[in-house]
Amino acid sequence: MAGGDGGGPLGLLLSVTILVLIGILAFSIRLFSVIKYESIIHEFDPYFNYRVTQYLTKAGIYEFWNWFDDRTWYPLGRVIGGTVYPGLTLTAGTMWWLVNAINIPLSVETVCVFTAPVFSAFAAWATYLLTKEVKGTGAGLTAAALIAMVPSYISRSVAGSYDNEAVAIFALVFTFYLYVKTLNTGSLFYATLNALAYFYMVCSWGGYTFIINLIPIHVLLCIVTGRYSSRLYIAYAPLVILGTLLAALVPVVGFNAVMTSEHFASFLVFVILHVVALAHYIRRNLTPKMYRMALAFVVTVGTASALVLVAVLMALVAASPTKGWSGRSLSLLDPTYASKYIPIIASVSEHQPPTWPSYFMDINILAFLAPAGIIACFLPLSDSSTFVVLYMVTSVYFSGVMVRLMLVLAPAACIMAGIALSAAFDTLTGSIKFQPISPSPSPDETSILASASKPSSLSGREAAKDKSKDAGSDKGKEQLKEKVTRRNRRKEKEIAEKVVVEKKSPKKLLSVLPLEASAVGILLLIILTSFYVIHCVWAAAEAYSAPSIVLTSHTADGLHVFDDFREAYAWLSHNTDENDKVASWWDYGYQTTAMANRTVIVDNNTWNNTHIATVGMAMSSPERQAWEIYQSLDVKYVFVVFGGLVGYPSDDINKFLWMVRIGGGVFPHIKEPDYLRDGQYRIDDQATPTMLNSLMYKLSYYRFVEATLDGKGYDRVRRTEIGKKYFKLTHFEEVFTTHHWMVRIYKLKSPKNRLRGKLKRKTKPSVKKGKSSSPAKQTKTKKKSS
Amino acid sequence: MGSTTADARALVTALRSAYAATPIKLKIIDLYVVYALSTVLVQVVYMSLVGSFPFNAFLSGILSCIGSAVLAVCLRMQVNKENKEFKDLPPERAFADFVLCNLVLHLVIMNFLG
Repeated sequence: MAGGDGGGPLGLLLSVTILVLIGILAFSIRLFSVIKYESIIHEFDPYFNYRVTQYLTKAGIYEFWNWFDDRTWYPLGRVIGGTVYPGLTLTAGTMWWLVNAINIPLSVETVCVFTAPVFSAFAAWATYLLTKEVKGTGAGLTAAALIAMVPSYISRSVAGSYDNEAVAIFALVFTFYLYVKTLNTGSLFYATLNALAYFYMVCSWGGYTFIINLIPIHVLLCIVTGRYSSRLYIAYAPLVILGTLLAALVPVVGFNAVMTSEHFASFLVFVILHVVALAHYIRRNLTPKMYRMALAFVVTVGTASALVLVAVLMALVAASPTKGWSGRSLSLLDPTYASKYIPIIASVSEHQPPTWPSYFMDINILAFLAPAGIIACFLPLSDSSTFVVLYMVTSVYFSGVMVRLMLVLAPAACIMAGIALSAAFDTLTGSIKFQPISPSPSPDETSILASASKPSSLSGREAAKDKSKDAGSDKGKEQLKEKVTRRNRRKEKEIAEKVVVEKKSPKKLLSVLPLEASAVGILLLIILTSFYVIHCVWAAAEAYSAPSIVLTSHTADGLHVFDDFREAYAWLSHNTDENDKVASWWDYGYQTTAMANRTVIVDNNTWNNTHIATVGMAMSSPERQAWEIYQSLDVKYVFVVFGGLVGYPSDDINKFLWMVRIGGGVFPHIKEPDYLRDGQYRIDDQATPTMLNSLMYKLSYYRFVEATLDGKGYDRVRRTEIGKKYFKLTHFEEVFTTHHWMVRIYKLKSPKNRLRGKLKRKTKPSVKKGKSSSPAKQTKTKKKSS
Repeated sequence: MGSTTADARALVTALRSAYAATPIKLKIIDLYVVYALSTVLVQVVYMSLVGSFPFNAFLSGILSCIGSAVLAVCLRMQVNKENKEFKDLPPERAFADFVLCNLVLHLVIMNFLG
């Protein structure tokens, strides 16, 4: 069953047709957002990738590789060439160049929007190849059909979601396929391809560390369970060397490929593999007694050197504060690490642990089919099936840590469910096919139906068949799936040979289920999979196709579209100077640079915590201090996202506590309890004065009472009336508010040219507030009066 | 103590006699592996004397030697007539794969050497 099915040209044609249809399905199910909205880039991160791809297509690859971007993280800038995973951009750039070279004039945006659906079709084909290596063509086709539709993968690869995962999942599954193929065939050619596919994965996504840790764990498992073979060596050893070199070639990874703890597992297992290989070689060439002596010697020397090596490693690693692991990896291993030490990682909603309903939403029926697949993998257990079981188990653990990693679970669940469904269909259709006609079996004429993949056959009756019945039922019966027919025909050839050879001894008997039970079973499985299809299409259409830059709501008058974000960015790009700096919370940085084309202070890359904390401090401070902070950063415009008028819940007031926490992490005078009344976060009249005076409150609710219908200032998201209703802004002026008040843009007022004498009395109350600036003012006014 | 030295000597002679029986083709491959590994040792000693400043050069140097050794071991496994798993693999195909993999390895090395 494993390793392919030579079902003749008809079987090949059928497989190819099914695969083409699966590819078309994977592509088209992701087009809902293009149909419902328009062909735009979604969310936040894709806008950065889009901007980088634009630069690549305009300036060429050498400029891209050495690009220093001065329009973000003002005044620090960002080295794009060295901090971005180039795989996605280079892939889209190559596709654009190819398509334009054959004179199909697609724009860069179109190529970027449709990269993800195209690569999801490739990912489905890669899953077919991988599952075929593990269990056979039937399981492969089922797994490919499942992954074409699984909602978890759709959520990160809709048309418009131009993010790393779009190509990374394809690279992941393809690398695993090549690894399993090398393991099964022992060919150095596939080992080379495996290393190159791993290189593509390293280029594409930071999740490549999953591969370089999963494969060593699998190798270790094989060694420990006594499955060492030369194929294992050929599959693993070249991958480590070539893979490390190739990973070090990518600028983002660089020397981290040999220096960080994430890669040490691969080196350790490399050494262990060589020890084991040496042991096997010696055992082959020596008598057992000699071998035992040699083993004792090698073990003592080996453990001594391993201890030395481990001691050196630990000394190196213990020198670094995080023991050599990066923050992101530590937060995966210890789920509570991020919330204690790195509030930025903890604040991203994708990094929260998933809830149980999200498993059903994202992988639906696969959630309970996958354990059945795990059992099917044990019958029989091979190197490749241990690998997919290990992949499944580790991805389940990591998906439990972070919602975002449900994406890595999706291919594993599809493979397992594909194996389970295929095995179930095998049993049921086999039961229908091989129904005995005579009720009493005669022991002389039992035949052997060779089948290793029928795990769920509960014991029914024992069937007795002979060669003539095989031929008869073969022509007569109608089959439900022709690939099963192909497999059964091949089995019957085996059976015919075996019956000739072993006619005398009634050995293994197959238990088949009764006819009605099998038919009902097949019907139920078909109904189950149709529920899955319905759920996937619903999830793709309703839940995961929102571009999140354009919002819609269904009102009594029909569809209402909220296009405020693009309105604000367009205003910025048309009404401000090209060198003006814009400050906002880091969520909107990528969109601002891509769409408004203005320099921003912080963006979604979040590489500099202090800079973000500065902006957080500015948003949490009173107006004057915030004005000074922004003035020191050369900021001209500040904008906030406000959802209180229309009920948009992801606005800046809801994110404000994170700004306080992040700012407070670096600047201790910002304390979170100052903004909470009795531990509760409020913006109504019970809110603390620090909260009511903070810049975020003022910028969000300035003139808000004029906008609400009854003039009371009722905030629809927080569901209360606001605390401070009538106030004026002294250091900022409102320049633009979008149609639904969702984005509010303010300009910093320029500093006053002169200070007049009579301002001295007016500035006296502010002496208490602004301690740092008052001495200068007093000396100035004193000088004037004297 | 005496028994262990006697044992060790017996072990060494057993190993040597077993190794002498290997065909000459495999012995040539083994010689190549030993050469590659000794080059690694030379490079590591040099690095400990001089320092590892162009770290990419050092890394590519030792990884190219270790890589060549590993690939030669893979070739030896595939060409070894006693290895049951590879009995239908023609040795020419094994050598062609070995050459291909070495090509890729050295291309990457030359790129990384800097």
